[in-house]
Amino acid sequence: MVKDQEFLEDKASYCLDLAKKLGATESSVVVKNSVSETVNFRNKRLDESNRSDDLGISITTYIGKKKSSISSSNLLDDNLNILIEKCVETTKNTPEDEFNSLPDRDLLAKEVKDLDLYDETYIENDQKIDYLKKLESAASSDEKIINTESSFAQNKSNFVLANSEGFCDGYKTSSFTASSVTVAKDEKSMERDYEYTSKCFLKDLDDAAVLGKLAANQTIRKLSPKKIGSEKIAIIFDKRIAKGILSNFAGAISSSAISRGTSFLKDKVNQKVFSDNINVVDKPDILKGLGSRNFDNEGVKSDTLKLVDQGILKHYLIDTYNGKKLNLKSNGRCGGTSNLYFENGNISFKDLLNSSSKSLYITETIGHGSNIVTGDYSVGATGFLVENGEFKCPINEITIAGNFKEMFQSITLANDLEFKYATNSPTMLIEGMVVAGK
Amino acid sequence: MSLMSNFFEKSDLSRSEAENIISETLQKCDDGELYLENSKSEVILLDDNKIKNSSYNSDLGFGFRAISDEVVAYSHSNEISKNSLRQSSKNLKSTLKSAKGTYNHEIPKSNKKYYDNINPIEQKSLNEKIKILNDVNSYLRSKNDKVKQVTANFLGEQKSVEIIRSGGETLSDVRPLIRFNVSVMLEKDGRKETGVYGVGGRQSYDSYLKDDNWKSVCDEALRIASVNLESKPAPAGEMKVVLGPGWPAILIHEAVGHGLEGDFNRKKTSAFHNLMGQKVASEGVTIVDDGTIDNRRGSLTIDDEGTPTEKTVLIENGILKNFMQDRLNARLMKTRSTGSGRRENYRHIVMPRMRNTMMLSGNQTQDEMIKAVDKGIFAVSFGGGQVDITSGKFVFNCTEAYEIVNGKIGSPIKGATLIGDGPSILKEVSMVGNDMMMDPGIGTCGKAGQGVPVGVAQPSILINKMTVGGTKL
Repeated sequence: MVKDQEFLEDKASYCLDLAKKLGATESSVVVKNSVSETVNFRNKRLDESNRSDDLGISITTYIGKKKSSISSSNLLDDNLNILIEKCVETTKNTPEDEFNSLPDRDLLAKEVKDLDLYDETYIENDQKIDYLKKLESAASSDEKIINTESSFAQNKSNFVLANSEGFCDGYKTSSFTASSVTVAKDEKSMERDYEYTSKCFLKDLDDAAVLGKLAANQTIRKLSPKKIGSEKIAIIFDKRIAKGILSNFAGAISSSAISRGTSFLKDKVNQKVFSDNINVVDKPDILKGLGSRNFDNEGVKSDTLKLVDQGILKHYLIDTYNGKKLNLKSNGRCGGTSNLYFENGNISFKDLLNSSSKSLYITETIGHGSNIVTGDYSVGATGFLVENGEFKCPINEITIAGNFKEMFQSITLANDLEFKYATNSPTMLIEGMVVAGK
Repeated sequence: MSLMSNFFEKSDLSRSEAENIISETLQKCDDGELYLENSKSEVILLDDNKIKNSSYNSDLGFGFRAISDEVVAYSHSNEISKNSLRQSSKNLKSTLKSAKGTYNHEIPKSNKKYYDNINPIEQKSLNEKIKILNDVNSYLRSKNDKVKQVTANFLGEQKSVEIIRSGGETLSDVRPLIRFNVSVMLEKDGRKETGVYGVGGRQSYDSYLKDDNWKSVCDEALRIASVNLESKPAPAGEMKVVLGPGWPAILIHEAVGHGLEGDFNRKKTSAFHNLMGQKVASEGVTIVDDGTIDNRRGSLTIDDEGTPTEKTVLIENGILKNFMQDRLNARLMKTRSTGSGRRENYRHIVMPRMRNTMMLSGNQTQDEMIKAVDKGIFAVSFGGGQVDITSGKFVFNCTEAYEIVNGKIGSPIKGATLIGDGPSILKEVSMVGNDMMMDPGIGTCGKAGQGVPVGVAQPSILINKMTVGGTKL
């Protein structure tokens, strides 16, 4: 069982009290407990069971404008005494930074709404096994599938965030996640793909057989890929890749990148950074949302932000430290975004496919080819050649490249947004990117 | 003096009680152990002219594993107590209800050690570390007025591990690890470019930083950033590629290393699984994975199952010789563990992983390679890479590269992704240099969500054909 609120609050106040006694002028603490149980299947048989019980505490102490932090998984008082003493000692020896401080008191979250993030249902390993049997039987029904690996995980977490300004709150969250990775083979090639579902509530999880079938179909269609020549071409990003482009945008408007001057979007607030009609929203209070939260990592209330309105950048993602540096108020984004998404575009998926006579539909990218300092983007890619709205053949061993500055100005979105992850995008079309192949 | 942790010191669980629970739980299992870990680590970070972060982490926990045939049951917790270990034991037994194996007690022994039993964090005071970081900042900013941002950090760690097997056999190791990193951003006429360099390994900070050695790390980061400031768009398409020595060996790591890990081959999901004994690389190409080089980032005295590490020949003169194995995959593939069983920490299960992966020297010079290229690129430094082990396609991202025109090195080109096919790329190696070099000790390899420190090495090599992912058609 995951530890209750009372246990976590007791630990938190013990730490705050001790830090104060040892000379800290301000302090904050997070205590977390997370219990997960996972079952893995491979080729329709049990492969692995895994139970994890993780405790963790992290403490930040301030002496005036000096700051230091410690973290530990050992919550015994003896150990906390040693660590907090060490933390305060290190704080004394760390140079001052004028922007160090706890969040302003009036920005802290006052009421904590029930966002419906915790499902009490406990699912036994035998039930997970039943789900995985159905999943793998659907995933392996085609003889081209030569290997299946699937997983079912249940996670229950609880946390408390407290600081010396009197903030003390936290809540339980749960998640149920199932995934399936399949390998398909024909005479010429071997390919892998996957499908995945994750929900706060067990009853909302996708059907096992549907998931397995999808994973298999997505893999089989990749068999016998071709390599195409190098050219300028329209790229259509599958939703699972398009969301990564949105994450890159979020990285580039984080107040830390902005205050350090290491983002291509520095000083671009109130300027047009996306094509017309593009809206980006970060909404923390979606019921059962995978990225939902009442407050950020510092206890600051997180309101819904329209980050981009009709192509125009409206906000950075601001935490206390970088906010003070930029002379801006924290908007509750310490630790990043919550439920981040592009609003739907105006055209259907089908019309998007038809919008160029020839395009590339990308289902997977590999490599770490995003540079938010320059906006340069270059990654390895796998996908399909699309001609006149029809999927022609699978493509691999190519790269796609461009620069976010131009890419963002050339985005067209379909109207097929779903809330499958914490960050979501409809299918995305970007004109004029360069493909390198043969 | 021993710095070994006593895991049972403050626990209601005695060592002999723990041994009894372990033996009882693993009775009918083929393998398994209790893995205990105590790690202490620090980060001291300078960024934007200030010490941004001084933090310390102490992490303690156990992972209890039981294996029956192909099935692994695992349970971990931070609480080393009677209750907690019994709860784990119960979980393992309920997964492996029908186990009827015989425990394999055999584990090879060695007295060799590849690093000293030290705690690098304690060997240099916080004030000394802060002073070096401040010196780095002023050195770089005074050296070049285009410097707009400097980030530098120290990462230090000491990890004590103990492995208790059924019957009470105990193996232990204390592993130091440090890293020093510098990143510098330059700005000229509104254009910004970054250069990054670092050093590290399994010894004290002073082994890398005495006598103002940190200056050479700064100089290298600054040099890379300066080169990038003058770079032109990279070409797009297939061409010849010359790779410099050292860190570019992450090509080897991605292109063939992962595909030669035992688990993917047992499951037949690696593009290499049916190529044992066959020619997978040009003649002259020999690749080893070596855990036994003193003080290297990827070296280990014993792996995370207690097996002493070794130098494993993967490819010898073009022929595939061995996969890298942990105990589970070795048993199922009827071979022996190569001491490659690793995990990020006690939260994770063991998998076969790389240590220091190296392509050995040949006879040619880098000069001969450049001269042999009419149109291509010369790649000197990389950011990181990734591979799809099933299709065999892999990428890596250049952070310093030049065009080659008619046998001469030309202008620097912008960072671009290079993509290739693992099983065929090594057959495209047409020259192997005589200048093998180790990387500076900065690599972390990710697999199934677990990061472990690794090393790479290679000489300069010429690859006949790779796809360069630039923007210039």
